[in-house]
Amino acid sequence: MTFPPARRIALALAATLVPLSALADTVTVVTSFPKELTTAYKKAFEARYPGDKLEILNKNTAAGIAYVREQPAGSRPEVFWASAPDAFEVLSSAKLLAKIGPGNPAIPAKVGNYPVNDPEGFYRGQALAGYGLMWNTRYLKANNVPEPKEWADLVKPVYFGHLAISSPSRSGTTHLTVETILQGEGWTKGWAQMLAITGNCAAITERSFGVPDGVSNGQFGIGLVIDFFGLAAKNSGMPVEFVYPSVTAIVPANIALVDGSKSPEGGKRFIEFTLSEEGQTLLLQKEISRLPVLPSIYAKAPAGYPNPFGGKIQAKVNFDSNLSESRYYVVLSMFDQMVTFRHKELVAATKAILDAEKRLGGKPSPALEEARKLVLTPVVDEKQAADKQLLALFKAKKTDAEASKAKAKVEEEWATKVKANYAKAVELANGAK
Amino acid sequence: MTRTSPAVAAVALAIAAFLVAFLIVPVAAVVVTAFADGQGGFTLAHFAAFAQISLMRESFANSLYVAGLTVAFATLIAVPLAYLTVRFQFRGAILIQTLGVLPLVMPAFVGASAMQLLFGRSGSVNLILKDAFGITLPLMEGLNGVIFVETLHYFPFILLNLSAALANIDSSMEESAQNLGSSGWRLFSRIVFPLALPGYVAGASLVFIKVFDDLGTPLVLNVTNMLAPQAYLRVTSIGIEDPIGYVICVILVVFSIAAMAGSWWFVKRRDYAVVSRGGAMAPRRRLTPWQGVLAYGWIAAVLFLVLSPHLGILLLSFSKVWSFTVLPEQFTLAHYATVFEDSTRMIWNTFLYCGLAALFDVIIGTAIAYIVLRTALPGRHLLDHLVTVALAMPGVVLGIGYLRTFRGIELPFGGGALTASWLIFVLAYAVRRLPYALRSCMAALQQVHPSLEEAAENLGANRWRTIRRVVVPLMAGGILAGFVTSFITAAVEISETILLTSRESLAPMSYGIYLYMQSIAGRGPGAALGVIAVVLVAVGTYLSHRFVAANAPQNPTGGKP
Repeated sequence: MTFPPARRIALALAATLVPLSALADTVTVVTSFPKELTTAYKKAFEARYPGDKLEILNKNTAAGIAYVREQPAGSRPEVFWASAPDAFEVLSSAKLLAKIGPGNPAIPAKVGNYPVNDPEGFYRGQALAGYGLMWNTRYLKANNVPEPKEWADLVKPVYFGHLAISSPSRSGTTHLTVETILQGEGWTKGWAQMLAITGNCAAITERSFGVPDGVSNGQFGIGLVIDFFGLAAKNSGMPVEFVYPSVTAIVPANIALVDGSKSPEGGKRFIEFTLSEEGQTLLLQKEISRLPVLPSIYAKAPAGYPNPFGGKIQAKVNFDSNLSESRYYVVLSMFDQMVTFRHKELVAATKAILDAEKRLGGKPSPALEEARKLVLTPVVDEKQAADKQLLALFKAKKTDAEASKAKAKVEEEWATKVKANYAKAVELANGAK
Repeated sequence: MTRTSPAVAAVALAIAAFLVAFLIVPVAAVVVTAFADGQGGFTLAHFAAFAQISLMRESFANSLYVAGLTVAFATLIAVPLAYLTVRFQFRGAILIQTLGVLPLVMPAFVGASAMQLLFGRSGSVNLILKDAFGITLPLMEGLNGVIFVETLHYFPFILLNLSAALANIDSSMEESAQNLGSSGWRLFSRIVFPLALPGYVAGASLVFIKVFDDLGTPLVLNVTNMLAPQAYLRVTSIGIEDPIGYVICVILVVFSIAAMAGSWWFVKRRDYAVVSRGGAMAPRRRLTPWQGVLAYGWIAAVLFLVLSPHLGILLLSFSKVWSFTVLPEQFTLAHYATVFEDSTRMIWNTFLYCGLAALFDVIIGTAIAYIVLRTALPGRHLLDHLVTVALAMPGVVLGIGYLRTFRGIELPFGGGALTASWLIFVLAYAVRRLPYALRSCMAALQQVHPSLEEAAENLGANRWRTIRRVVVPLMAGGILAGFVTSFITAAVEISETILLTSRESLAPMSYGIYLYMQSIAGRGPGAALGVIAVVLVAVGTYLSHRFVAANAPQNPTGGKP
């Protein structure tokens, strides 16, 4: 879109200002990673290539995508560097990424069943991430809550009100956790577990960072987090612990060269640097604590450092990224309709059921059973979830008015059903004898 | 006093052109999505889809509820603070006025996380309560938490505007009432408060709209069932092309304009202008000892509450580890060292961008207020309404609109792209903060009686000279309030800032605070930068109060603390 009047005014305004001198050639990196990590890379990279200057632009993933998208070709940043694989999918389908050749040959093609690099060559895995449980030791002690080992532990009544998770539609990492559970346990059982866990949650946080932050400062007892959040907090002296449960997925955090940037050569240099021996070793620094993709680096790691290449973490789930992608929007929307937007009602229903269990002391009760079923059954069953029409509806272009109306209708049906189910569950549980 | 000259019309046109170029066009470039059917046609289907969704209706009701209650609580805090400090001999009045503005200085997400540390589930207060009585208070849970945080964050809007209005009341009214035997509550509720109503309504309507549109606080507290968070969530997670997100934006804008128009109509029904200014003859009354105890007690309690987020941030900035304890257990100065090493540039940038933006705002705000209230220019209210659009636009929408509209525009003399220069921050801040400055300027001008201008003109002054020598000096308090509000709120703006930052060397402080606060290894440096921001703005506000007090021409006694 062009708006000549706006431009003319802008130009006129600009003309009255002191000219701003252009900077020398720099490599600009758009990233969502914390400052500890980016500062370490900036220092090391500039020491290695004294002619280059690294400019870090820290934006959350959504803002980062918007920023890259709205820049004209020729003045885009050089490198995009973030966790969530779907962000790279969005960029590559918008033709905003440039192909980069195969990287360091010492880096294996796959970790478990998951390819480390983009099969089409648009982005590369730069570090690995697993998902796990992080808890505040003081909190658990003060509240007499046992330490968890597995996702399945978290459905127990003793954890009611002590957990936190972020919404998968807000955090790519949580989406992977949810999808891992769904693939590991199966659709119906996976959702039942997810709903029981979220019913025990004190909060569904808006940002993925809200979970480790809240656990670190003691607002929450236990959080579901990506490993480096837990490890870095622990390594910097917070009273927290972290474990990988046996059902987990290891997936890469990625780096990509943006198409239409000012100095692609500089961008490539930086990407190669992050994948080199030197760049990968930086990941072991204690306030970074990420898992390198270069297996040889683990030899330098401190004792007890998790090693996904045949070491301490075993990823039991063979993560199927095609399946994940095909139902991506349906899973996000279901989670939001059943959990995020109805969390108050979900917690109330969970509490009513827990109270009834206590009251009945293990006595079987059909009403209570029914209440449980109402809360723990996903609003879409496995067969519907694989329905091509439904999947297509959620994948349709956002600007398609008809599709968006139809989608809103489906979501509304879910919302109404979920709300009624939770209310009914409270009623049944309270009346259970 | 309602005439129209070509010069006025030219100024009005220039302002309108500015608003169209830097507000309407960028916003339209994005919001057009709400009406597009995907084939380049126009449709209202997205609005129909919106109306179908019960979640949206519930969010709307929640937003209204939170905004309404926030205004009520903010009034309880702000009105006594303003009345006591402006109308009574009160030790440290300027200090209190300054401290009262501090909550605005802190970005919502920082303030809310600081309050979590103090009042949250395992915050200091609840840890003490649990230890002593075995109970905890859900102060920060759900909508309660939003109301609590928003009240403490936004009540300064009422305080600032009401204080300026109170200072402008003709004290002869009060004296007449006192001579007739009125005092205490009756004097306040029947005479003083009604006369200061334009200031109060300006502040209260700002609080209402601000809370109605606020994103940061509900998001930090993980409350999503409100309208603005829904818009934001949809735009950022479903995608920038999601029409429902923009439908919500359009609804927010329409509602904000309606609220503004409503408050404007309410004030308009009566005449609040007074001929003489208050300062001259309004002797500050003395408090009886009993009243003094009550007043100081109340103010101390309120200030303690108001300053608690700052206390939290201060503690955090010195703490090494603070987890599940009432107070941090180890203290350090290292965070300040980090900040001074890395981020002095950001502090300077904030002053440059926000100072220029606020200056711009009060100039345009004064001009618009004058055109709307003192001329008969056809369509002059349109300017007012145009500005209001900025109030309801989420920063991320305006930010994307800027990137989209101005991409490819090069600054002359090799200045590089406009979107990659610091100028873009000044423009974005100025446009987005203009409504605050405008409200203050309007309220200030409403209290200046046109007869003063007529007198000046009868004595031979032309219109420009009258504005310069009579109108603007009489509005000084309101203009300053507008400048301070614009400056402070721009200094803590984050959503646009993240989007528009193209080089770290150009980034302002709010970006730095955001950056540090994302660090899992500890948010100490972010807190330290927050403390520095608070101190710098507090000093600035204090000095500007002193400046106004010292320069108030007919007010030799008032003001000194």
